[in-house]
Amino acid sequence: MRKGLRVGAPLVPAVLALGASFGVLARASHFGATAAIVMSATTFAGSSQVAAASVLGAGGGIVAAVVAALLLNTRYAPIGITVAHAFLGRRARRLAEAQLVVDESWALAGGGTARFDRHVMLGVGVGLWFAWVGGTAVGALLGGVVSDPSAFGLDGAFAALFLALLVTQLGSRRAVAAAAGGATIAAVLTPLTPPGVPIIAATAAVVAGWRRA
Amino acid sequence: MSAAWATVIAVGVGTVALKAVGPVGVADRQLPPRLASLLAMVGPAILAALVVSEAFAHGRALVVDARLAGVGAGALAVLARAPLWVVVVAGALATAGVRLLR
Repeated sequence: MRKGLRVGAPLVPAVLALGASFGVLARASHFGATAAIVMSATTFAGSSQVAAASVLGAGGGIVAAVVAALLLNTRYAPIGITVAHAFLGRRARRLAEAQLVVDESWALAGGGTARFDRHVMLGVGVGLWFAWVGGTAVGALLGGVVSDPSAFGLDGAFAALFLALLVTQLGSRRAVAAAAGGATIAAVLTPLTPPGVPIIAATAAVVAGWRRA
Repeated sequence: MSAAWATVIAVGVGTVALKAVGPVGVADRQLPPRLASLLAMVGPAILAALVVSEAFAHGRALVVDARLAGVGAGALAVLARAPLWVVVVAGALATAGVRLLR
């Protein structure tokens, strides 16, 4: 656990900053500060939270926001399955510990390999949880002051953030094909459908990645 | 209930359940490999769509504006293997800078 806190420490400033960005975006998308902080504490999955706030802020509606966010989090099903064997004890304990599985804690603890260390994962997860929730609180309070995210170029920053998150997932040619397909679908559908729909429809691009398997 | 709270609750409950699938539900069983590889493609597809939407969408229109400079600066930072927060700050500064100049 302590080792995990140490391993995760270099990520803390980044997660604080990202949490703050989410807080600002959430306020600009008509979230109250409490709603933003509660979301970070319970959902604890950055890209999906940013996606939900982004879709809601663009006028996409609740259903589109929720579906887009949950589709992004479907990856936690296979991710969790790769490390399921390391979780022991009662169901309630496994349920609680499972919430600390995020991309970073999973990767730093050797997720997907035989060396997976649950204690490291828990340590990284706990450290990042506090950074994420704390950062969100800072951003949500600042966000009340900065009501227009375009004022500081924050809209461009979110596009850059999604790009950086995307690059971390482009590990195979199939992933690149799925990404290219998703981008194309979004571009084609944006003028034709209400906001939010292009993001959900982009999942159809998994077929582009799949056929090449 | 506001749209924000409804979203917070629905996404929260759904995510808790998704994270529990492995450690609580499956234990030692495995997903069929075809399904697992399909699910692994969902992230790249949606994140790419979000890049397009955040960079170019303005309501239902596709526009090129200062945000493109932010994406470009972010891409350069990613290529330079900069940490995530540098990517975000570079994106914000480039977007705000171009907006000031125009």
